[in-house]
Amino acid sequence: MAERAWLNLLPPEDRACLSRVGIDLEGERAGTYLQVDQNPLFFAGVEGLDILSLPQAREAYPWVDGYVGRLLPQARPLDPRTPGYFIRVGRGMKIDRPVQVSLIIGREGGRQEVHNVIILEEGASLNLIIGCTSGACVRRGIHLSSTETFVGRRARLHLTMIHHWGPEVEVYPQGATWVEEQGAYMYDYVCLSGARKLVTNPQVLLAGEGGIMRSQTVLVSPPGSSLDVGSQVYLRASGTRAEMVSRALTTGGEVVSRGLLAGEVSGVRGHLECHGLLLTPQGRVLAVPELEAKTSQVELSHEAAVGQVEEEAIEYLLARGFPRQEAVSIIVRGFLNVGRVDLPPALKEEIDRVIRLTAEAH
Amino acid sequence: MEPLLLVEDLAVEIGGRPILENINLEIKPGEVHVLFGPNGSGKSSLLGTIMGFPRYRVVRGKIYFRGEDITGLPVEERAARGIGLAFQRPPALRGVLLGQLLERFKGDGEKARLGARELNLEDFLDREVNIGFSGGETKRSEILQLWVQDPQLALLDEPESGVDVENLALIGRAINYLLERESPPWEGKPLRELRRTRSKGGLIITHTGHILNYVDADVGHVLFQGSIRCSGNPRELFSFIQKVGYSECIRCVNSREVGENG
Ligand SMILES: Nc1ncnc2c1ncn2[C@@H]1O[C@H](COP(=O)(O)OP(=O)(O)OP(=O)(O)O)[C@@H](O)[C@H]1O
Ligand SMILES: [Mg+2]
Repeated sequence: MAERAWLNLLPPEDRACLSRVGIDLEGERAGTYLQVDQNPLFFAGVEGLDILSLPQAREAYPWVDGYVGRLLPQARPLDPRTPGYFIRVGRGMKIDRPVQVSLIIGREGGRQEVHNVIILEEGASLNLIIGCTSGACVRRGIHLSSTETFVGRRARLHLTMIHHWGPEVEVYPQGATWVEEQGAYMYDYVCLSGARKLVTNPQVLLAGEGGIMRSQTVLVSPPGSSLDVGSQVYLRASGTRAEMVSRALTTGGEVVSRGLLAGEVSGVRGHLECHGLLLTPQGRVLAVPELEAKTSQVELSHEAAVGQVEEEAIEYLLARGFPRQEAVSIIVRGFLNVGRVDLPPALKEEIDRVIRLTAEAH
Repeated sequence: MEPLLLVEDLAVEIGGRPILENINLEIKPGEVHVLFGPNGSGKSSLLGTIMGFPRYRVVRGKIYFRGEDITGLPVEERAARGIGLAFQRPPALRGVLLGQLLERFKGDGEKARLGARELNLEDFLDREVNIGFSGGETKRSEILQLWVQDPQLALLDEPESGVDVENLALIGRAINYLLERESPPWEGKPLRELRRTRSKGGLIITHTGHILNYVDADVGHVLFQGSIRCSGNPRELFSFIQKVGYSECIRCVNSREVGENG
């Protein structure tokens, strides 16, 4: 199949990198968009699904232009040839198999800059996996992205974003998601590799009545890494709901875990949960949960905790007959288990590796 | 017969403050002892010291388990030798599901499954351990974990507090199973055989005494201000405490003992 032909263009070690960020090389996907540095390759295999590069989409459909910069006006690319993906699911179309996107920094010191647009029309549904990574031999590089996402009435988008970066890569993704009446936006973000600097704080605008968002974030920051990750959710219509859960673990790096819930009209609800775990005396975790109510009758709450592995919890498991290392790994595994994220096998192995390392260090 | 647990002249401090003084206790294989005593008298501290938690500092005395001096052993080594504890207030384990935890115990998965059914905890196997459990649910989960762990000496810290009558019967039965006082239906060993072969021991803290209606305890002790002030038939001691309260109980029982001795 065509997809495999392109994937064969990649060196084998880079293909291994792709599976680590959830990219399936066996063609079990409804469509694929792959971009190495600034060069895109794409393919859509089912009806009702468009996958193009953004410049091509702008050429093919003049209306696409109206979406570029609508949510992120300051990020509207000056150069119309700026690459990036364009994904559209047509009205009422339910795409069963996932669609995958991968953005790869292929060269040492490479700079990747993209502008992306995702559109789910009314009643559409899509499961999208986005894996961003640097190539196997790449230590240094920069990734800049802006993503504008539109979730139409009663549409449902489940986005799983997995990052895996070289130790000196800098990453600045920005994004905004617009959710209409009864729309649902599920967002899971996992970054276990760290990065020299990663800053992302996308916005979610729940603009239509009854729209919902829920997000789960799992972050690991090794020594030398600095992650500043959050989401800002604006509940702008009655009956909208948001639930955000984040787990940040440092093995020596820095993590800032943010979350903002802003209730702008009455009859909205939201909950924010941020937990940070320090496994070494180095490292730093800062949890910044923010709640804003602009009217009465909003129900917003948060729960935040940062600290080490509790000795009391370790003792509990020691008394149950588990050796200390196993006790620590049970606790760390639990901490990283936000439950509902369906992780690709390569990522599960990665989590196992992190857990093994941390338990051994304890 | 070699005692399962022997505590000799034990004195314990927490953060430099004396908590237990002059504790002597002997539990033989197959015996179940109960520990009474007012709040803050040191009951949980005694169990925690036997389990080996480092915050309880032994300043005098010895603890022997099946003849071996374990006074200086860390918690995991004591657990490996067959000591287990059901906590009064266990900590929450975020993200760790009860079912997953039970699967990690050395024993067979079958026991965890049957035990969960017996303790009416089947719906809790995919819940996070001790997160949002009610008081009674916590107690049932503690007993279930201990049952699967299968220690030789079970230390049970208030297994029945906060438990309703129906669940009390479940817990009582499960305690009997884990102490080899009754055989679970799926094993169906005759009682006579159990009596002959049982070697497990228990030390149970109780305020309400309800557990005595289910578990046929052999010896009772009253801990008062950090020391065991009297020991005897558990039911008699308990009814005495109910009638006259702890301080009177100690005085009475002690003077009666003095009288008997003199
Ligand atoms: N970690 C600790 N730090 C300081 N004091 C402690 C600590 N743990 C226990 N104590 C003190 O030791 C004494 C005995 O406590 P313990 O928990 O053993 O009592 P208990 O008999 O189990 O009481 P209860 O019936 O209320 O459970 C109490 O005065 C308690 O405040
Ligand atoms: Mg107690």
